[in-house]
Amino acid sequence: MTGPTARLGASASLDVGAEEQPIADLPPSSAVWCSGLRKRYRRQTAVDGVSFTVGRGEVVGLLGPNGAGKTTVIKILLGLVRPDAGEVLLLGRSARDPQARAGVGYLPELFRYQPWLSAAEVLALHVRLAGVTVPAAERRACLALVGLADRAGDRVGGFSKGMQQRLGLAVALVARPDLVILDEPTSALDPLGRADVRDLLLSLKARQVAVLLNSHLIGEVERVCDRVVILDKGRVAASGTLAELLGRRELRLRLDGVDSAAEERLAAAGAFTRDRDSFVVALPADPDATTVPDLVADLVGLGVRVHAVEPARISLEERLLDILRAGPTEERR
Amino acid sequence: MTARIVFTVAALTLQEAARRRVLRSLAVLTITLLALSAWGFSRLDAEFGGLTTGEAKVAASTVLNLVMFGLSLIAALGTAFLAGPTLAGEVESGTALAILARPIRRSAVLLGKWLGLVAFGSGFVALAGLAQFLIVRTTLGYWPPQPAIGLALLAAQTIVLLTLGLLLSTAISPMASGIVAVGLFGATWIAGVIGGVGQALANDSVARVGTISQMLLPTDGLWRGAMHAFQDQTLFTQVGPGFGASPFLSQAPLTTAYLGWAGLWVVLVLVLAGLAFQRRDL
Ligand SMILES: Nc1ncnc2c1ncn2[C@@H]1O[C@H](COP(=O)(O)OP(=O)(O)OP(=O)(O)O)[C@@H](O)[C@H]1O
Ligand SMILES: [Mg+2]
Repeated sequence: MTGPTARLGASASLDVGAEEQPIADLPPSSAVWCSGLRKRYRRQTAVDGVSFTVGRGEVVGLLGPNGAGKTTVIKILLGLVRPDAGEVLLLGRSARDPQARAGVGYLPELFRYQPWLSAAEVLALHVRLAGVTVPAAERRACLALVGLADRAGDRVGGFSKGMQQRLGLAVALVARPDLVILDEPTSALDPLGRADVRDLLLSLKARQVAVLLNSHLIGEVERVCDRVVILDKGRVAASGTLAELLGRRELRLRLDGVDSAAEERLAAAGAFTRDRDSFVVALPADPDATTVPDLVADLVGLGVRVHAVEPARISLEERLLDILRAGPTEERR
Repeated sequence: MTARIVFTVAALTLQEAARRRVLRSLAVLTITLLALSAWGFSRLDAEFGGLTTGEAKVAASTVLNLVMFGLSLIAALGTAFLAGPTLAGEVESGTALAILARPIRRSAVLLGKWLGLVAFGSGFVALAGLAQFLIVRTTLGYWPPQPAIGLALLAAQTIVLLTLGLLLSTAISPMASGIVAVGLFGATWIAGVIGGVGQALANDSVARVGTISQMLLPTDGLWRGAMHAFQDQTLFTQVGPGFGASPFLSQAPLTTAYLGWAGLWVVLVLVLAGLAFQRRDL
């Protein structure tokens, strides 16, 4: 229990409290709570002390490079892979009890459904296995939601890859889940399908369904997720709300006639980098409304000629690359 | 709760068997065998002109057992090659991921699959066996003394083999599990024949080969019990002790102890398969 807490760094403070609490005292609010997950495949360490939570109704993105351990973490949560260590609660119940998965919908990274069944039969099967009753009309509506309404009676064996993934989405959603775990839900989808999935995620969010979303499409994650957890080499490299992770703003300036006094003034506003006449100043997360106008006025007063001033926000993609390139040191930041 | 899952999965397994090509191949093989046997029995009848002599009875019993052996082989092959894909194949293809992420126990899924395969194998044995009896009756006028017991033992043999197939498929690939199961089935049968020769020659160490292999994998033991139920009960007194050596005639009915062991064997192997499947990373 020592490793993960120490390693996660500032952004993980959200999770630290949870880790030290005994299970019984946990707030019933979390859809996923996991702590100290560890998994080795022979010589390969796939997951190494991962802890995080997904609140009820919260949409959390799971990001990281290939082989970071995202799929393995998801499979551990669902009891498909046995962890070497660690504890999982799903919707407030220990994942050791299969009933903990009663309110969980899952789309696997490797999505395959009984090829000898029809799409409608696959949904009926999953509803029965989930132990709920869902009227046929609602099941049909679920197929329509993923664009398979007119293929309901066709054998899954004859479906294209994207159609199978759409069916997988319907399977994940059909039993009225409170938590949906999607492992790369758009990997086989056309651009229209991706937009559909985005709308679907937003509608889940509106209905207070918690979502754990693993995706390499960062734009998708940035648009729908409340929080992200970034995995690298089996560890949590960073986690937090989008505002926390992307908090840093920057100011791009094109200036000439910059002397040492002007440079001092720039440095007072924030750390800056210079590439000939282009300057990038890192601003605090919540800059004063007066910060930028004051800086410009002072620069003009110092005889600097101001060609362009452009405030910018760091994109999640840039931030992700930053974190991953910085490697292990970033974890202790 | 769990019972509902078991029956759902059993029904799904039967549906799979019905909708996949296995069933059609099985039907073709079975009908071919039945047709061949009908022709063979009518030739036999023409040769002997009825079952009046002891010789004719030996011939009829031997040929009936031979054909039933063919049927049991088809049942064994069919279920072994269904058992492999249904578990190992689903794990390999990823079909198992979505299923096992549902609020169900893996043991319930395994038990459901087993139950579905048992229903399929037993149904096949009952139908094909009955058809065979009717053929022998119309061609030779012979009706086996204990048809129900014989067919039940034949079904038990199929169940033993498919349980072994399930255990193997929790550990190795779908094709390999089918091949290994059928290979072991064949090896036990051969060991049984060798044991029979040993008995006929009163050679204890050779006879023990058969006994031991019949304990390790009860398919051959159950098969010999089934043969005994199919063949004419007066044979032994007529032919004398020499026929222990024949692979298609059996000297003695099964003991209750052996039946008990076969039942225990199935339970043990099924539990073992459950434990192996429970521990498996998907
Ligand atoms: N069944 C397995 N056997 C052996 N090693 C495995 C197995 N599954 C995963 N691994 C290893 O675990 C590590 C993490 O794999 P995982 O599939 O979780 O990555 P991922 O983050 O989902 O990657 P991707 O973005 O490519 O899907 C990898 O190094 C992989 O080689
Ligand atoms: Mg993955």
